Amino acid sequence: MKFLCVECDRQMQFEERQLPGDGTLAAAFRCPACGRTVALLTNPMETQLVASLGVKIGGTTIQPQPMETVRGMVTTGRQDAFVEDGEQGARGGPRWSADAQERLTRVPNFVRGMVKRIYLDYAKERGIAEITPAIMDTARTELGLEEM
Amino acid sequence: MALNIRTYRDLTEADRSGLVDQIVAQRRRVADRLATVRRVLAVMSGKGGVGKSFVTAGLARALVRAGRATGVLDADFNGPTIPSLLDLPVARCTLHDDGIEPAISPEGVRCFSMALLLEDGRPLAFRGPETEGHVWRETLEAAALREFLADVAWGALDQLLVDLPPGVQRFQELTELLAVPPAVLAVTIPTAESRDAVRRALRGAVERKATLLGVVENMVGGPFAGSAADELATEFGIPVLARIPWHPSPEIWAALASSIGAAS
Repeated sequence: MKFLCVECDRQMQFEERQLPGDGTLAAAFRCPACGRTVALLTNPMETQLVASLGVKIGGTTIQPQPMETVRGMVTTGRQDAFVEDGEQGARGGPRWSADAQERLTRVPNFVRGMVKRIYLDYAKERGIAEITPAIMDTARTELGLEEM
Repeated sequence: MALNIRTYRDLTEADRSGLVDQIVAQRRRVADRLATVRRVLAVMSGKGGVGKSFVTAGLARALVRAGRATGVLDADFNGPTIPSLLDLPVARCTLHDDGIEPAISPEGVRCFSMALLLEDGRPLAFRGPETEGHVWRETLEAAALREFLADVAWGALDQLLVDLPPGVQRFQELTELLAVPPAVLAVTIPTAESRDAVRRALRGAVERKATLLGVVENMVGGPFAGSAADELATEFGIPVLARIPWHPSPEIWAALASSIGAAS
């Protein structure tokens, strides 16, 4: 999937992604020559199809988690299916605000460990000391984490 | 007047989205993980109910008893039975930075299966829009196969047996994920109906340039009459590696394991 600014005959570049939370996706692309911006809007089925491929429009800056697609998409998983090894559980890093911790508890167990890791990696990469709900919202949009 | 628009392949500038690069990275992850696996062996039939999983589990046990490091990837996501056939207790899957530890059977078969992840008695279900599920569900199952290959810490294996569901679609997905096509072990029962279904599957495997190791005839000596294995063997120029009776002895499995080892 690429976008061409026909007037400038230039390939447009990915600019920003937004996930409104209703299963749809918006991705903005800008022409590097004239600055014109267009938005790609996908319906829930189209958004799902892209997610099913395990790719993210706009890319991502952090490494994929083990079995990220399965853990993120399966809704009938056992709540105690996964356990982190000692090394993973003991890793340091940014602290969690009380609000962020409370929000994390609302994530199903099946995927919670992975979601926690993704937010930690995101915060570490950006030198963020405390993970708050606002940081989680920003990360969710930047990383394309639908419903996490 | 028609616009003079360059086409997809004409546009070669790097893009932050990098969807193609993301796909390439996925494939590389599979290749890196399987670099320590000597052979991927697909157990397939194209026909349901012929005992693919039963044969897979019996063969895996015999291979381990023969001293060959063996893993089983249960690729039947909607009807996973391998853990039960390998007497694996339900246990939590241990996550490492680099992947997920496979479950290990009492005999030492390494295994991963959707049955290890799903709630008891619940079907495999995915988050997503309630309509048009057929559009994306198969894509998600293909992604699950990729992650089972790439994200399970299989370690060094002489062979990774992939227990495929009926049909040829999962085999095609497997072939697309591997650098070289898998070896194929076909399972049939003696009947003409099974023969015809397995023939279609084997032709699909040949078209994908897979190496056919041979055919196993299962449920021999019972109510199913016919000579499916011999006919398939003649047609495809492959050996009948085993004829499995209803209550096979360890020697039957050992002989099959020996044949598989000799065909490596």
